[in-house]
Amino acid sequence: MSGAGNGEKRVLPQAPGATPPAPEQKQVPAWRLLLTLGTAGALAGLLIVFVYQATQPRIQAYKAMMLRLAVSEVLKAPARWDTLYVVDGALTATAPEGVAAGDTVFLGYREDGVRVGFAITGAEPGFQDFIELIFGYDAETNTVLGMKVLSSKETPGLGDKIEKDSAFVAEFEGPEAPLQGVTAARATGAANEVDMITGATISSRTVIGIMNHQLERLGPMLQAYLEEAS
Amino acid sequence: MGDLFWIFISAMVVNNFTLFYFLGLCPFMGVSGRIYTALRMGAADIFVLTIASTCAWFLNTYILPAAPYLRLISFIVVIASLVQITEMAIKKLSPALFRALGIYLPLITTNCAILGLAIFQTNRGYNFLEGLSFALGGGLGLTLALVLMASIREDLLFSKVPEIAKGNAIVFIIAGILSLAFMGFAGLLSV
Amino acid sequence: MPRKGTPGQVLTRGIWRENPVLIQMLGLCPALAVTNTVENALAMGGATFFVLFCSSLLVSSFKRFIPQEVRISTFILIIATFVTIADMTLEAIVPEIHKALGAFIALIVVNCIILGRQEAFASKNSVPRALLDAVGTGIGFIIAMFLMGALREVVGYGSFLGYPLFGSSYEPWIIMILPPGGFLSIGFILIALNWWQRRQLERAKARELVEGALVGRAA
Repeated sequence: MSGAGNGEKRVLPQAPGATPPAPEQKQVPAWRLLLTLGTAGALAGLLIVFVYQATQPRIQAYKAMMLRLAVSEVLKAPARWDTLYVVDGALTATAPEGVAAGDTVFLGYREDGVRVGFAITGAEPGFQDFIELIFGYDAETNTVLGMKVLSSKETPGLGDKIEKDSAFVAEFEGPEAPLQGVTAARATGAANEVDMITGATISSRTVIGIMNHQLERLGPMLQAYLEEAS
Repeated sequence: MGDLFWIFISAMVVNNFTLFYFLGLCPFMGVSGRIYTALRMGAADIFVLTIASTCAWFLNTYILPAAPYLRLISFIVVIASLVQITEMAIKKLSPALFRALGIYLPLITTNCAILGLAIFQTNRGYNFLEGLSFALGGGLGLTLALVLMASIREDLLFSKVPEIAKGNAIVFIIAGILSLAFMGFAGLLSV
Repeated sequence: MPRKGTPGQVLTRGIWRENPVLIQMLGLCPALAVTNTVENALAMGGATFFVLFCSSLLVSSFKRFIPQEVRISTFILIIATFVTIADMTLEAIVPEIHKALGAFIALIVVNCIILGRQEAFASKNSVPRALLDAVGTGIGFIIAMFLMGALREVVGYGSFLGYPLFGSSYEPWIIMILPPGGFLSIGFILIALNWWQRRQLERAKARELVEGALVGRAA
């Protein structure tokens, strides 16, 4: 018996197709059960693989474009960038084989070849759920260049201001690392201060924390890479 | 270790499976009439969730990297078989428990919480321990929501519910209030 | 009354009288989870419609070849295949919506509506009737999703399909787009439904009384 609907060899043992005449309990043989499931499974698999091949190019292209936009935004439109991988505590330009890479860091260059800075991603739990962002960092002047929230589920109208409030996002263009979040009342004007959003301090603190923690961890590696490259 | 704890608490109360992610609603509506049934369903859920989490982790780590597009199918097949096997095992090992759980076991297959757990776990890239933490927290949260709803509904039998709200309508309104209450847990483990 | 309805009945009963979400209380997970905007609600409705239609088509076409013992597993396999296809297609064509719907596209597999229709109808009826049933149920699902999405977006965002409705002075009821809002919305819609049904019942009763009185007088 074959489940394929288009004229392959149709080996129908009996004619179970016709409405079963007598109520005699036909004991369906196990091989037939397995065959049904197997055929269905095989056909399903084929169909899925076909659609997968058809859709993957567009999906990958979209992902690449989103990444390009994000890196471009936080590094202020660099002409090009290198993709670097964190392997065994150091940055390398070659992608590691097999096991999923740790962090990926992007190093952007201006048209004249001058380095703009690194673009680093990070994610940590915020108020409601994880906040994921990418930020630009200039290792030579130790300043943050810009920030873009990649994904967040914070409270609409409050926590989601970390992406929607352009004044907050602009706070991350130029402060020195490590960043210090302050409420408007306590600001002293220091170079590393960032004004937090009123009513969304936890979300704001998480954003700042992500950057500080990533820089703490990766900072030495970034410096080491720059020294090697020079 | 702190991470594991956050995952556990988050799954249990901050992002409760039923009251925040809307998973497991069919049994929630059907089984939460009495505390007795709610507890049994919750227990069965916790059990299946933890095993499902292990299976999902195993599939994700060793088998699926070769064919990521088969993820959904393999998950659902594994879950359906898992529930079937659990049912047979319980029947053999503890007929009393089997009778107590009764019809709830097969109902778990279509419980979106199990598949939902497998998918969330995959999307977040949890390792083995993190997945277990997630499943335990999620299962306890599910049970918590079920039992809370059941105790309210048992009391509701003695209250005057307006005619137009009787039945499922009032249950949903109560669920909404419960969900609102659980929102208070947000920010629990933040600085 | 014969169990088999006319094709017209098969088509229309899924739309309102036996609406899968509001009357039969099935498929609640997606109905509450992704209805915070009309756009998402309609996208989910469309995806579910696609899966329901294709699954019914296949199950009904091959029902003679599926032995009783493994029918549920086969149904689930067929449904899961189409959900995977819908998932990949959505990601390729409308990636923003795909991201908004997230894991809930995959959860269409355990949407009790689809499995329920295969078990109760598609596996026991001819292909045309099964398709009519699928279309009717699918439309009913989309209507329910639309109602939920419209209520939540208009009140919770002050917009419809992204177009602002009330001007900037409107203070949106954020709660409606958060999880409690989902529960409350369907609760209110059910209350409205109950109220409407009672009114119909009372009207019918009143009509009966009047007719009975007239008949009694005539007799």
